[in-house]
Amino acid sequence: MSVVTAPTVQRGNLAERLDLIVAPVFAGLLAIIGAAVLLYSDIDDTTRAILAPEKIQNQLVQTIILGFASSALVILIAIPIGIAVTRRGLPRLKNFLVDTLGLAQALPAYGLIVIFFSWFGAGINTVILALAVFSLLPVLRNTIVGLEQVDQAVIEAGRGMGYTKRQVLFEIELPLAVPVIIAGIRTAIVINIGMAALAFLVGGGGLGETINSGLKLDRNPAILIGAVLVAILALVFDFLGALAQRYLKPKGM
Amino acid sequence: MSQPLIRLENVSKSYPGTEAPAVGNLTMDVYEGEVLVLVGPSGCGKSTTLRLINRLIEPTAGRIYLHGEDVTDIDPSVLRRKIGYVIQQVGLFPHRTIAENIATVPKLLGWDKARINERIDEMLDLVSMDPAIYRDRYPKELSGGQAQRVGVARALAADPDVLLMDEPFGAIDPITRDRLQNEFLRLQQDLKKTIVFVTHDIDEAIKMGNRIAILREGSEIAQIDTPEVILSEPADEFVENFLGSGAILKGLTLKKVRDIDLHDIPALEMPVLRDEALKVLENSPEKTAVLLDKDHRPLRWISEASLNRTTQPIEKSGKPITIDLQPEDTLQDALGVMLQSSVGMAVVVDRSGKYLGCCSIESLASMIISDSGGSATA
Repeated sequence: MSVVTAPTVQRGNLAERLDLIVAPVFAGLLAIIGAAVLLYSDIDDTTRAILAPEKIQNQLVQTIILGFASSALVILIAIPIGIAVTRRGLPRLKNFLVDTLGLAQALPAYGLIVIFFSWFGAGINTVILALAVFSLLPVLRNTIVGLEQVDQAVIEAGRGMGYTKRQVLFEIELPLAVPVIIAGIRTAIVINIGMAALAFLVGGGGLGETINSGLKLDRNPAILIGAVLVAILALVFDFLGALAQRYLKPKGM
Repeated sequence: MSQPLIRLENVSKSYPGTEAPAVGNLTMDVYEGEVLVLVGPSGCGKSTTLRLINRLIEPTAGRIYLHGEDVTDIDPSVLRRKIGYVIQQVGLFPHRTIAENIATVPKLLGWDKARINERIDEMLDLVSMDPAIYRDRYPKELSGGQAQRVGVARALAADPDVLLMDEPFGAIDPITRDRLQNEFLRLQQDLKKTIVFVTHDIDEAIKMGNRIAILREGSEIAQIDTPEVILSEPADEFVENFLGSGAILKGLTLKKVRDIDLHDIPALEMPVLRDEALKVLENSPEKTAVLLDKDHRPLRWISEASLNRTTQPIEKSGKPITIDLQPEDTLQDALGVMLQSSVGMAVVVDRSGKYLGCCSIESLASMIISDSGGSATA
């Protein structure tokens, strides 16, 4: 048996290892670019003021909070909805939701943030809401797909042995859907960290402020550093997502 | 017979939008300790009928009784924990080890850990899988046959009286299927479970069933009886067609080698001299003898012609005997061996491999003829 299954296990490991290598490599390359910019370009007082360490630190924390809060909101909303629409009798609602949220994702995030600004005013909550709506689709879709790809025979065996519907959901369907759902969450977090750079538009703070200041005051090094930091942050969270996918995956799959 | 263990009473299942019911007004009894096989063309509703028993499909009308108790309205999950269920696709939980899979129903019933652990080993032993090797493996590491063994172990784990099996061996290669069927029959001899078994394969039905229900469209029973009666007295044209042209040949799976008279072919015991052998052969009506080693195990077919043709020592003349039969083998197996054999006969040996006699096509044919004559007068 071990001989037969060995190749598939190996292949899985290779793909997983690549998954864990790509993000750190790119983050490292970006860090080198950032360091090169700091070392070899003209840094005047204005640039130094924009890139003041306490400012950057603040913005980093704000970006992380924005990314996390919006992603948490997405998880809280999308997974229960995904579960609800895959229960029997709601296929129409499911299609409607997936289509509508597809539209929301087709809008530029910029537009979405401005629309939410006109409804809820300035502030971090507006950004969190806008980001959540924007990244709802990957998590919802993956929850639906994850639940639907569970082998019907396994569900039937579970029902046939006396699991209640609730037990089938929590003991069989959700554990088996976890890898797909986590992949969706990972996508959402990366989207949210990236889009959090737009939060400054409505007074939500974040690393977008550094980029914005750089643009307005015509300081290219500041723009570059801001962009590099956003990208590194997104890659770090992608890496954490890959780790989660690897270690939260149920054994035996 | 006694009170049925399972009773379906005027049970129907129809789906909205379709005129003909999937199961129409079915009444059927299953008795304690029997294997009742539901067999019929695809789409006849046999699987639906099976699922009505554990209410994976809720009947639109009728009552279902288990142990004489009406279970039509009790909580289906509670009912199902008392009924073993095995399906063709097995449906092992891929995220759980073999041990955890087997523990499913005992856990649902709230057994304590020690008892569950003990039971897991017991069940793995029962289906001939070494607990030390398989307990902590995951389903993806098993072959199809092994997976279905675990499927059966899982269904039997909480010791249910009733077992429902939906084409359990349908997706397994023919050789493994045959072995699993035989093992399962042996298990059933000890366990004496009440089993409802669904298949579309009439040969499997004849092999596995104490009784067979042949179903037509809408799960209407065309005939329900023992395999012997169904084969010899099909109720109508539908049953006859379903049995196919080979009904007599199918009957061969019901009879064992020990049921026919063995041909007394002379045996030559090693060491034997050539002249002695020739003398024995001359007296043999078949001009054939079986050469045995000193432990009475058959070695070769020796014929007069083969001895005369060569000057080689006797243990190198004639033709080697490669397959033998045991009295427990079915006559269908015997027919296969005889057709492959170079002399149109097959040797029969006992458990330790000692020569008992030979079985020939003529003896088989005379049994078939006397049998069908018997049933014509019955």
